[in-house]
Amino acid sequence: MFACMRWIIRFFLLAALGIGVMWFHHIRTHRPSRVEEATKAGILLLGNGSEPATLDPHLATGQPEHLIFHSIFEGLVAPGTEDPDADSPGAASSWTHENFTTWTFQLQPKGKWSDGTPLTAQDFIYAYQRILTAKLGADYASMLYPLLNAEAYHTGKIRDFSQVGVKAVDDYTLRLTLKGPAPYLPSMLKHYSWFPVPRHVIEKHGTMDQRNTKWTRAENLVSNGAFQLKSWRVNQNLEVERNPHYWDAATVKLNGMVFVPISSDSTEERAFLDGQLHVTQVAPLSKIPGYIAHKSPLFHADPLLSVYFYRCNVTRKPFNDVRVRKALALAIDRESIVKNVLRGGQKPATGLTPPGTAKDYQTPDIMKFDPTEARRLLAEAGYPDGKGFPPFEILINTSESHRTLAEAVQAMWKTHLQIPAGVLNQDWGVYLESQRSLNYDVSRSGWVGDYLDPSTFLSLWQTGDGNNNTGWSSPPYDALIQQSFLEGDPVKRLAILKQAETLMLNEVPVLPVYWYVHPHLKRPEVKNMRPSLLEHRCYKVIELAK
Amino acid sequence: MIRFLLSRLLQGILVILAVITITFALSRLLPGGPIQSEKNASPEAIAAQRAYLGLDKPWYVQLGLQIAHYVTLDLPESFHFKGRGVDEIIASGFPVSAAVGLTALMIALGLGVPLGAYAAMRPNTLEDRATMLAATLGICTPSMILGPVIAMLLGLKLRWFNASGWYEASDVVMPALTLGLIYSAQIARLTRGGLRETLALEFVRTARAKGASEASVVFLHALKLACLPVLNFLGPAAAGLLTGSIIVEAVFQLPGLGQFFIASAINRDMNLAIAISVFYASLIVLFNLLVDLVQAWLNPRIRLHA
Repeated sequence: MFACMRWIIRFFLLAALGIGVMWFHHIRTHRPSRVEEATKAGILLLGNGSEPATLDPHLATGQPEHLIFHSIFEGLVAPGTEDPDADSPGAASSWTHENFTTWTFQLQPKGKWSDGTPLTAQDFIYAYQRILTAKLGADYASMLYPLLNAEAYHTGKIRDFSQVGVKAVDDYTLRLTLKGPAPYLPSMLKHYSWFPVPRHVIEKHGTMDQRNTKWTRAENLVSNGAFQLKSWRVNQNLEVERNPHYWDAATVKLNGMVFVPISSDSTEERAFLDGQLHVTQVAPLSKIPGYIAHKSPLFHADPLLSVYFYRCNVTRKPFNDVRVRKALALAIDRESIVKNVLRGGQKPATGLTPPGTAKDYQTPDIMKFDPTEARRLLAEAGYPDGKGFPPFEILINTSESHRTLAEAVQAMWKTHLQIPAGVLNQDWGVYLESQRSLNYDVSRSGWVGDYLDPSTFLSLWQTGDGNNNTGWSSPPYDALIQQSFLEGDPVKRLAILKQAETLMLNEVPVLPVYWYVHPHLKRPEVKNMRPSLLEHRCYKVIELAK
Repeated sequence: MIRFLLSRLLQGILVILAVITITFALSRLLPGGPIQSEKNASPEAIAAQRAYLGLDKPWYVQLGLQIAHYVTLDLPESFHFKGRGVDEIIASGFPVSAAVGLTALMIALGLGVPLGAYAAMRPNTLEDRATMLAATLGICTPSMILGPVIAMLLGLKLRWFNASGWYEASDVVMPALTLGLIYSAQIARLTRGGLRETLALEFVRTARAKGASEASVVFLHALKLACLPVLNFLGPAAAGLLTGSIIVEAVFQLPGLGQFFIASAINRDMNLAIAISVFYASLIVLFNLLVDLVQAWLNPRIRLHA
């Protein structure tokens, strides 16, 4: 009898447990996902890479910050509503120029900061003086060097800021005077280094040249974009909400956005599949071929204004011989790399500047795959069939994808040229240092354009440029670039730049490999979030279909 | 007792001084620095940043300043997370790591001790072997595998918990389970070993001879002593669990201390790296002290000496 009771109790306990689990399962699987709730509330949830280091547009340097700035700040020119790479009115309602050198901007008559303070030409002058103040130590101060005397002020050659080419004609008219003609200025103004900053808030929390004061905290930050900062929980999320004082507030569709810092791409993908994000920042490399093969409507690979290439250290033997560099370039089968190694929709680079860099600019079509010619050049340089070619290393910063690609290139050089390349990986900071001090043979590199113009890719190869890092120097090339800075006719200017790029590609200080794409996942309810070569976003037109 | 505590406090201070010095030295020896950007900044900008971070001073002045920060408890700000004090960062990350760590610790003990005891009571049987095989597998499974597997199963497949993030109370479950399972495996092995040895001791035989039931022999008499190796393990393990597991926090996107620790290394954020190391070291010192006290209480043969 007693034993029987024990079994009955056991049975009931087991049954209760089973029902409990089923009930739990039912409740948990029927809860609305975060995305469903956010869509109802008109809030866009975005994966945003790593945690932003700062929200001061003058001190930031990274991509996560860039994507946040486009929501809370706005430059004189804003990303276009149809095409974010087009130039639309932002803090300026219209602009005119004389010979692309003197630019006059009419500010929005209703332009205000998010606390209701009017946004005037003085705010821009303050911002430009602040970023150019050497003591602030802004990484991107040199972005403003096209302004007349900006460089001289930043480097301390002149002390009087009124000599710098920025003037307030009146409260709502700003005049920028440049060193030379720059037809691409409007595109450049969309970079956050040119954004206004609120003097009245910055000075409340410190001085103009003081770094890292508390003005960027959620409770203090005042901005001028379509959205304003609502909360900032470090390593968790950053929320923005509508800015009621925005001049074009009527156009803004979303009620808010949440930027979620997720640095691991597979964690981000899981969060997306779990319904926690509308849009991811990236897609895991290993999953991309699967998404492409299944033609997933969630997967997008938008072209970027960005090139992946190998630098050659031309100060070292045998890379000082242009024939060797050419042979290396000709022995890389870019089509095969894109098709078999990368498999993410990237484009083989036939030149340096990516397609779309400027309307009416055709990238010279020079980089090709020709192993026979490569072998001929290598033999001519004194290394027939690779004999006597010293062992050398391809320097990469630690990353699985760089290694895979370096190994593919290594194999191609081995097969086609019979030369021995190793792969050497270094931690990011060390790698940058090696590259800067020319302590490498061949080094993996990338370059992201800051504005739509070939000069953003070509000016760095001038002699002594801080980003050259190849040791390559060519007086005719320097002359062409300088000439382009003075040329007022846009057509002639692009022709000069093309000539410069052709010259450079024929000397091959760098071996372009491919043009980047931005692979990411996006839910179908997100409307009007359009691809952009510069990854500029016009957040105000984005909608969530319910 | 007071002398014992005082001497341990003194040792602790020395340990922390050593941690500051060693972390400082390692940060300085590493190539590359905190000011790293792919696009070359102007020399003026770099000089201003170095001056701001105090990197333009000689190394002994920098080290002195670091120590002074901790002596005066006026903690510096992070290099990378601009304008945020390292104390503020630890205060924001620690509660998250501690919540996950404590839950994991409870899971680890709740699973590990009974399983270990179960195996020890049936030495060399199939049950014993199966339990220990599972434990060995658990020890060998890295959290970077177990975490995503749990996230896939309980998060994406069953949809019981959010696959990642830190928004609701239930978000603690999957990361704590990942860590707890791994630690429970080690605890099970240690408990089994400790209990096997203890059960062979004479006082256990005495207890059995007195006619005590097997359960009372194991749980009332033997387990207390058998837990000593587990306790030894728990000191540093608890400190590690509470200060956050770097991998589990990354897998589940938790805003814990571990994520900041790894970020401080990647960004060459010396101030943050030193602060978290000091915090971690203090916890280890504290937990080791606690372990010593508890051990003395559990085992009367242990005496505390200064």
